[in-house]
Amino acid sequence: MFDFVAFIPRAVAQSIPLLYGSTGETITQKSGNLNLGIPGVMYVGAICGVIGSFLYERACGTPEAMNPVLTIAIPLFFCLLGSLLMGLLYCFLTVTLRANQNVTGLAMTTFGVGFGNFFGGSLIKLTGADVPSIALSATSNAFRRTFPFAATTGWVGKIFFSYGFLAYAAIIIALIAAHIIRKTRTGLHLRAVGESPATADAAGINITAYKYAATCIGCMIAGLGGLYYVMDYACGVWSNDAFGDRGWLAIALVIFTIWRPDVGILASILFGGLYILYLFIPTGMNLAVKELYKMLPYIVTIVVLIITSMRNKRENQPPASLGLSYFREER
Amino acid sequence: MAERVPAVSLRGITKTFGSTVANKNVDLDIYRGEILALLGENGSGKTTLLNMLSGIYYPDAGQIFIDGQEVTIRSPKEAFDYGIGMIHQHFKLVDVMTATENIILGLKDKGKLDLKGASAKIREICEKYGFQIDPDQKIYEMSVSQKQTVEIVKVLYRGADILILDEPTAVLTPQETDKLFAVLRNMREAGKTVVIITHKLHEVQDISDRVVVFRKGEYIGQMITKETNPQKMTDMMVGHAVTLNIERPDPVDPKPRIQIEGLTVRSEEGIVKLDDVSFTANSGEILGIAGISGSGQKELLEAVAGLQKVEAGHVYYVEDDGTKEELIGKDPLEIQKMGVALSFVPEDRLGMGLVGNMDLSDNMMLRSFREGHSVFTDRKHPHDLAEHVREELEVNTPGLSTPVRRLSGGNVQKVLVGREIASAPKVLLTAYAVRGLDINSSYMIYSLLNKQKQSGVAVIYVGEDLDVLLELADRIVVLCGGKVSGIVEGRGADKNEVGLMMTKLGGGSDLA
Repeated sequence: MFDFVAFIPRAVAQSIPLLYGSTGETITQKSGNLNLGIPGVMYVGAICGVIGSFLYERACGTPEAMNPVLTIAIPLFFCLLGSLLMGLLYCFLTVTLRANQNVTGLAMTTFGVGFGNFFGGSLIKLTGADVPSIALSATSNAFRRTFPFAATTGWVGKIFFSYGFLAYAAIIIALIAAHIIRKTRTGLHLRAVGESPATADAAGINITAYKYAATCIGCMIAGLGGLYYVMDYACGVWSNDAFGDRGWLAIALVIFTIWRPDVGILASILFGGLYILYLFIPTGMNLAVKELYKMLPYIVTIVVLIITSMRNKRENQPPASLGLSYFREER
Repeated sequence: MAERVPAVSLRGITKTFGSTVANKNVDLDIYRGEILALLGENGSGKTTLLNMLSGIYYPDAGQIFIDGQEVTIRSPKEAFDYGIGMIHQHFKLVDVMTATENIILGLKDKGKLDLKGASAKIREICEKYGFQIDPDQKIYEMSVSQKQTVEIVKVLYRGADILILDEPTAVLTPQETDKLFAVLRNMREAGKTVVIITHKLHEVQDISDRVVVFRKGEYIGQMITKETNPQKMTDMMVGHAVTLNIERPDPVDPKPRIQIEGLTVRSEEGIVKLDDVSFTANSGEILGIAGISGSGQKELLEAVAGLQKVEAGHVYYVEDDGTKEELIGKDPLEIQKMGVALSFVPEDRLGMGLVGNMDLSDNMMLRSFREGHSVFTDRKHPHDLAEHVREELEVNTPGLSTPVRRLSGGNVQKVLVGREIASAPKVLLTAYAVRGLDINSSYMIYSLLNKQKQSGVAVIYVGEDLDVLLELADRIVVLCGGKVSGIVEGRGADKNEVGLMMTKLGGGSDLA
């Protein structure tokens, strides 16, 4: 019998970074910015959180000396700050200087991964440990604190209450993002900017402000995905390149969810499940089969891309001006 | 009317773009509750003037008064604050949004976004004036006329009481036009002011209370529509013939070269662009095509060049010995090989025929890259040709490797026309070859065309300036709304007569 009670919490934990990333990217894309730098932003968000928490843990010395609020607030602040700077960099290049969005995004991903690995390596050297990783267990414990009744309510508790606060925050942020995009004036204007900046401009909407705000907020949300991964999923252990290619999966999710963060909640759990399915399928000693199962999320992504590209409904298409810079003079 | 205070008064408005004067010292009064038509040929400055009123442009000189108060209008938003809204020819709508969402876009109302309330208000406006749109329909599902309606409702929703419509009927079928006019009359009854820019006389007669005529950026005069007739309006619109002293050598041994019979073309939206057009273009003569822009000139040339789907009719290429060959159904490359060259200068100059980012030689190569037998392209001949065109036509460029997009408009056009002529065509189709050129460059193009004519080429020249056509062309085909309104001899043609043909089928001055 397939062990759902064990599988679902793992799938959810796996899905949260993807959900953060895809929510952030959806908001960004709605403004017409195709930010392929999201994987890099998530790396930067993670490492900045790690740096903040590392410095704080060092300063306090023992876990008992740490203020519970600051333990969470400091990494959170560092993470948001790092991601925000990445967002500002992207906007400055693509909106103000009108650089090519694809090139800028890819460069930022390369930069972000390198940035993470460089400072990760430096911190590992500072600790002087034998293993190539940093363990921030005190901070991680704070991030992983679950509802007190999670352990006592059986499978209900395991499936619904056994996560750290960042997991619930991801779902709430996704729901709020979906509401804002579809139901509010801000969302209407944001969509107009992404669909037809010239129209939005003529209607008196500040294109630059919307693009900057959407992209920076999107980056900050995506950065939280990186933070969740290190502090909660990986139990506070940073090792270089461990985050892997989740950032790319997050971008694939944006297309999969047809630019709807609320759909993203379920879709990311599906992706998270596929990501770890190989652990739950008995494959015996045949390791090659395991590798095949590991391919699943990527195969699904390819299939989904094919299907979504074939759908012709206009509402399900990417924002019309996605990836294009806007010059007022070129109307 | 004289005792009423005008809602809008323009005084001494002047606007220049570079060296071209778009408006010169224009005075105009607009009164409440009237439909005012601005009549003039293309480029007579009607749209520019009203763009200044709606905040798109800012006048170089002059004053704008609204209800007697002097105002400055810097942006479309400020124009709205004065109750002025303009509906442009190119719609500004977001395709994937509903009509309602588009209409309220950019409004900074307080409180929650209330789409239902907005829809209800839109329905109310629709009912009041007789619009027929569904506020919840997506724009991409709408026809052109519905999109236009959304634009009009958008302006009304924002509380405008002076509406400016820039050639609103250009994209409409006759039935849709009637509907639009009915709505405009309803708006007049409700006390709104409507200003409509047009160059169609029958529309002026149909809808307007008063007509103001513009010519070459200047205010010519105004008339009460009921008290005037097409003859008078045309006289004002085209003015007296101006002598340009363009050379016109006699046709050389004219023989039929292109024979067009019953050509009918529909646009993708199903609007008839050419209706049963028949005429013959002879070798060794320049055939002018006159007509208000959008009367089917582009479609006509494209049909001959094989770029346009044809619904009915024939285009024959006639050899010297009289054998005919059908061009319709052939692909553009074949037609080109038969010696039909098309040089079309669109409004943005680079849109057709030249690649802006490529240099002169590479652009020459666009015509010849298929020649030769090696896998490598022949770069030498295009290079020589570019050098030749540059010398012959005095193209002012830093070098042959300069991207065409960096050249000035006149030079771009010389390159385009020069390349087409260099292919030694039997038929040369040119459209707007002198668009935006200064006088010297224009005369150079005219003499190029004359040279082609004298060497026996059948030149078809689509022009905007009637004065030029009258002096350059041997015969003139006048188009009106996609139909041939008449064919006149270039020598001795009367400008007013041609002008009347352009605006009214057959050109008769009898009132319908």
